[in-house]
Amino acid sequence: MSEAKLPRKLLLEVVTPEGLLMRDEVDDVVVPGALGYFGVLPGHAPFLSALGMGEISYGKQGARRYLTCCAGFCEVLPDRVNILAEAGERVEDIDAAHVEEARARAVERLKAVRDEEGYEEASQAYRAAVTGKAATRRRRG
Amino acid sequence: MPALIDIRRRIRSVRNTEQITKAMKMVSAAKLRRAQESMFAARPYARKMMEVLNSLAARADPAGHPLLAERAGDRLLIVIITADKGLCGGFNAAIVRAATEFLGEQRERDIALTLVGRKGREHFRRRDHEIRSEHVGLFQKLQYASARRIAAELIEIYTRGEIDQVFLVFNEFKTVIQQRVVVERLLPIEKLTPTGVTSPFDYVYEPEPGAIFDRLLPKYVEIQVWHALLESAAAEHGARMSAMDAATNNAGEMIDRLTLYMNKVRQAAITKEIIEVVSGAGGD
Repeated sequence: MSEAKLPRKLLLEVVTPEGLLMRDEVDDVVVPGALGYFGVLPGHAPFLSALGMGEISYGKQGARRYLTCCAGFCEVLPDRVNILAEAGERVEDIDAAHVEEARARAVERLKAVRDEEGYEEASQAYRAAVTGKAATRRRRG
Repeated sequence: MPALIDIRRRIRSVRNTEQITKAMKMVSAAKLRRAQESMFAARPYARKMMEVLNSLAARADPAGHPLLAERAGDRLLIVIITADKGLCGGFNAAIVRAATEFLGEQRERDIALTLVGRKGREHFRRRDHEIRSEHVGLFQKLQYASARRIAAELIEIYTRGEIDQVFLVFNEFKTVIQQRVVVERLLPIEKLTPTGVTSPFDYVYEPEPGAIFDRLLPKYVEIQVWHALLESAAAEHGARMSAMDAATNNAGEMIDRLTLYMNKVRQAAITKEIIEVVSGAGGD
């Protein structure tokens, strides 16, 4: 691809089964891939990755915004990024009290687990809650 | 001849019912709108998922995956999705009828049921069926997590080899006044169409295509279940709305009829009184 044709912006779309979370033109995106975080700038090679749990962040006009996401996958094209997350929230929408409550509940569940069976699910819930909690700190930062 | 007061009481009672059915219709209309919105909201996700799966199917070898493999066995699991509540016309009856018919067709096979929705549970519990699991109260606040839970359960039973095929029976939302019962095979997943053409790009994959494919297949099942739940919810509200609309109309008609009748009775009473007075006066 020649320099002149390289796109300047990325169209970022985050979709969950419950609806469109966001759609905007952005400068860059950082995505929690299954094998680790990766950053995307306009003109990235076509790329398909499974998603882990964590924070999606994107830059727009010098400001950074954050979303949480949990599992799913991500399609990167030179001028757009489609993220299909199984669950996700805009940081602005996260209810801090609710997250804290979910974390406490997850901790209790983890304590109650005695065998392999429920562990994966309980730890998943715990990690989701912690991710949400960490993300709420972004609001002040 | 009934007393006037009785008819008046009757009218008042019908009017109360009319108000209730009217309110229920309004509520259903609002819920229907929301259900339709979530149906539309789920579409881009499902579409993209299909695209990626199909393009992956061309790259990864799909035959080996247990969710795709056809098994010869004769054990079926049928997931029947009904509503939690009644008062929605023929909605639940249609599902139960279709499911019973389907059960009849498959009689010589080994059948187990998974019941979603209180109404279906009430019906099939009383009959002689093996019930694998029950999910009630999902429709009050429909969440993707419910679909995930059901799908995980089905996949687990299926991969353990306890069941050879899984079917979904649910009401599909066609229009507000029309529902269609759908019987759909969920597992094994119907053949994907491995078209490399759907996506013109040669992606870099992380992790490799096979691994992504394995992760996506269970998600695909989740999406199918989610889709069925959303369709059923929308169809339920549509059915309830039209049922309550009809009920409201009928109540209105009934009030008109009763009012007419009441007036006749009143007039008859007045006439009778006049005749009594007149004949009384003439007799003297």
